[in-house]
Order: sequence, then structure tokens, then C-alpha cells
Amino acid sequence: MEPFKLIRVQDNESAIRTALTGDSKLIAGGTNMLDLMKLNIETPKQVVDINKLFLTQIEELPNGGIRIGALVKNSDLAYHPAIIKQYPVLSEALLSGASPQLRNMATTGGNLMQRTRCPYFYNTDFVCNKRIPGSGCAAISGYNRMNAVLGTSDKCIATHPSDMCVAMAALSAFIHVQGTKGVRSIPFANFHLLPGETPQFEHNMKPDELITHIELPPLSFAGKSHYLKVRDRASYEFALTSAAVALDIQNGIIKGARIALGGVGTKPWRSIEAEQSLIGAPANDASYKKAAEAAMAGAKPNKDNAFKIELAKRTLVRALKTVEGLS
Amino acid sequence: MTDYTDNTSEDSNKSKGGTTRRGFLSQLTVAGAGLTLAPLLANAATVPVEPEVITVALAEITTVTLTINGKKQLLSLDSRVTLLDALREKLALPGTKKGCDHGQCGACTVLVDGRRINSCLTLVGMCEGSEVITIEGLAQGDQLHPMQEAFLKHDGFQCGYCTPGQICSAVGLVKEGHAHTDAEIKELMSGNICRCGAYQNIVAAIKEVQNV
Repeated sequence: MEPFKLIRVQDNESAIRTALTGDSKLIAGGTNMLDLMKLNIETPKQVVDINKLFLTQIEELPNGGIRIGALVKNSDLAYHPAIIKQYPVLSEALLSGASPQLRNMATTGGNLMQRTRCPYFYNTDFVCNKRIPGSGCAAISGYNRMNAVLGTSDKCIATHPSDMCVAMAALSAFIHVQGTKGVRSIPFANFHLLPGETPQFEHNMKPDELITHIELPPLSFAGKSHYLKVRDRASYEFALTSAAVALDIQNGIIKGARIALGGVGTKPWRSIEAEQSLIGAPANDASYKKAAEAAMAGAKPNKDNAFKIELAKRTLVRALKTVEGLS
Repeated sequence: MTDYTDNTSEDSNKSKGGTTRRGFLSQLTVAGAGLTLAPLLANAATVPVEPEVITVALAEITTVTLTINGKKQLLSLDSRVTLLDALREKLALPGTKKGCDHGQCGACTVLVDGRRINSCLTLVGMCEGSEVITIEGLAQGDQLHPMQEAFLKHDGFQCGYCTPGQICSAVGLVKEGHAHTDAEIKELMSGNICRCGAYQNIVAAIKEVQNV
């Protein structure tokens, strides 16, 4: 690890101010940042410890939504009674990620910022356009079984690793950030960026901005929701495919649907196409299969990951059937 | 090499030629030094060469106050030091083990403010004001913690390397109160890998403590 200065800050303003000086990175849970620093993938000269900021509350809002402080631990969010009742898909997604120890450390804001686990990003012996812009992508010609099939470019096929983000994409969360010029709110769909020509840019935040809260807007049918994750091991493993699903079924007809996929996209993958194919359709297997086809229509496989396309469809169909069973 | 203690007798190490192992190693060192120094000395005799300056980035020091196993500690350490390395290397508490050092095996699990975490992915500088409990801090004097007793009773280990992390994790799990079935215990202990495969016995030990 390269030497760095550790600076502990006590309030949002000094966090923002300090992060703007020198070559700085914020650290909260540290589960991803410190891992990357040990591998010399992140080499900040200053590390700003934001753990003492007062961003640790989960508040139920008058409109029925929930506001989550950026420093709320993944485990606290997953086990919060209001999340379990109103947004079970989020609780399930969080509990399917990492291990209990890591969930006790990892924060909500940090989870939004976590970086890909593409093995070529993690191994500094290989080229990687995320690590060294313009150096090339070793995954495209390499062993790419875990890589993405949606949202890829000829510069990067790295999978977004988060489970939590897939549920938040389905729930249309808003990310509240504070900067030197004030606060703003970023819709979830606009927060993460597709790799395109510049895979080194992963999110839509300015250098002076700090994530302060994540807001879940009210969604009447989110109580009937589910997260299904398929992986190589039964636990403690990143997704091959996953699906976050919420359904509003009335008299056998789907009135509302929220669908996002994980493990297959270069960002948490909301599928508006799949949602639209379901609305007005009868709640049955044929509708679910049609939605799954719509969700994966734009998928581009590489040498080793074509299986993910069929697996993602089946994952989504299974998740939809499960939610139908909840109604 | 320096902290390696050779307890074997010189005589038993004598080879046919009458050389001892230690003697042989010293000869190697001298020979090695000769090889390294020879060109330098040769140069020195002809043209004076400026010594090569190797720049080493200076370590940044972080000061932190925390409580470890009930004892208050004031530490001034390189900011890169993790809680795990501080415990093992600076505080003479080697019970907490280093496995993968990347949060993937759970051998380094300790309790910070009552919650189980991976000490390898925590900078000690981030623990200002924290209360840390390691495997050394679970027993009350000679009275083992119930989880330690249960691991002994149910043989919840074989080689023992993952055991301090397993026990700290199990103590955290019981306190969290979310594991009600064998399947839930297994799922919520998935952050601790045991390569000997003592999992069944670990589940039995945890159930015993939960039922007390």
C-alpha cells in the first residue's frame, strides 16, 4: 500500500472541503476501498475518514417513503422493520450480498460507489480501461464468464457487482448529494454511467460532491417484491444473475411492475422494456417469459458468458412467479 | 531468518565433510557479500561513484485512542496499519489470525462496538473511540466464554487456525439474534471459511449457546 495521510472529519462541509484538496478518497466502511488500496489499484495520497458524520439515520417520511443516511450499515438497513415490511426486495438484496461481517461494515453510500470485481480490473498485470484509460480491455479477449452482457462497449464489459443497487434501481431511488454549491438529488437511473468510450467514469457525481442520503419514494405495491440471486456458491458470492421484482396484480392482471437485473449489466440494470411488456398482461408464465425475452433482447454475449442470457431469463421468470405467489 | 530459532544441535547437523548447517549458511552469506561487493569495490578503486539515492515515500503517522479487551490504548502508527496488523504486530495479541487479508475468509473477525467485523479491512486509524474485543478478551480470567466452551465440547475445529474468527463471529451472530434454524446459522456464518470442514460441529456449538 502507498503511504497516505488519514484525515478524520466531523461534518459534511469539512469532508467536502478536504476531499477537494490533493489526491483524496473518502473512506466509510472500507470494505472495497481498502481492498483496492492494498492491491495498489487505488493509490490516494489522502484518505478522508467520514465515519463520524451524522448520516446514520433511517427516517420514515410523511409521504410513505424512507430516507436512508449514507453511513447506514448494510446490516442495519437490511434488518430495519420498515424496510422489511415496505421494501422486502431491498432487505433481501442486501442480505444476499457479502458476509455478515462485511455487511456490518459496508455503508449504503459506499455500496453505491463500489467498483467492479472484473478479475482483469483487479489484477494489475493486465490492461484495463477502467484502471488505466486507453490501455485496452483484457476481459473482452480473456476469460469472461463473470462479465456483463448488457450495457457493454468495446472498451469495457465489467459487471456492476452490487445487489443493493439492483433493488434500488427497481425502486426508483433518489441519491441526495451535497456539494460546494448546495444539494441536489440524482434519480437512480442517472447515477451510474455506462462504460461507453470512457469506462473510467462510473458515476454522475462531481468531485466536490458527497452522498448524504438515499431516498426510497413510496411505491404502493413494493410490499410484494422479491430479490432472487443465482451464484456459483450458496452464499458469500457475487451474482451470476439476479432479479429484483415488484408486482401489482389485481384480479389476475398486472397493473404495475418494477424489474431490475444484476450480474448481467455494466450498471444496475432496470428493464423498462420488461415492465412495459407486463403491464396489462395476465399474471401467468407466458407473460413472464415474454417479459424475460424483452429484458434480455439487447444482450451481447462474449466467449464464456452466453449462458448468462438464458440464466437471467429464467431467474427473472422465477422471481416473477415468486412475487405472484405473494399476492 | 533472524527470528528463526534453530533448536537442533550442531552435531546432529554435521555433514560428512564436517561442515555444520549454520556454518554452511554463514559461508554462503560471506560468498554472497563478496559477489555483491566485488564490483562496487572495483569501481571504488577507479572512479568515485555517487551513491544511488532511493527515494522512499515517508510513512504518515496516525494517532488513535481505542479500547482493546477493556484496556485503553493510545497508538501512533503508520496510517496504513490495519486493525488486524495493529493487534498482531503492535499489541502482542496474535490470537486474531490473518488469512486472506482481503475480507474473504473471516479468520480476522473481531468484535468492534459489539459487532463482528473483518479487522483486515479496517484501518486502525478508523477505530477512534471504538471498543474492540478479540479472542483474547472473551474469557473472564480462567473462565472461558460459553462459546469457547461449546467449541471445545463439540469439537468445532481441527487445525484451529480459523477458530478465533469463528468464535468471535459466532458470538456476534448470537447477539444479532437473526439465526433461528440450522440453515440460518450456516448462512449467517458464511463469512468464516473452515478448510478442515468443521462446519457441522460449529453449528452444534452455536446452537448449544443459543439454547442456554
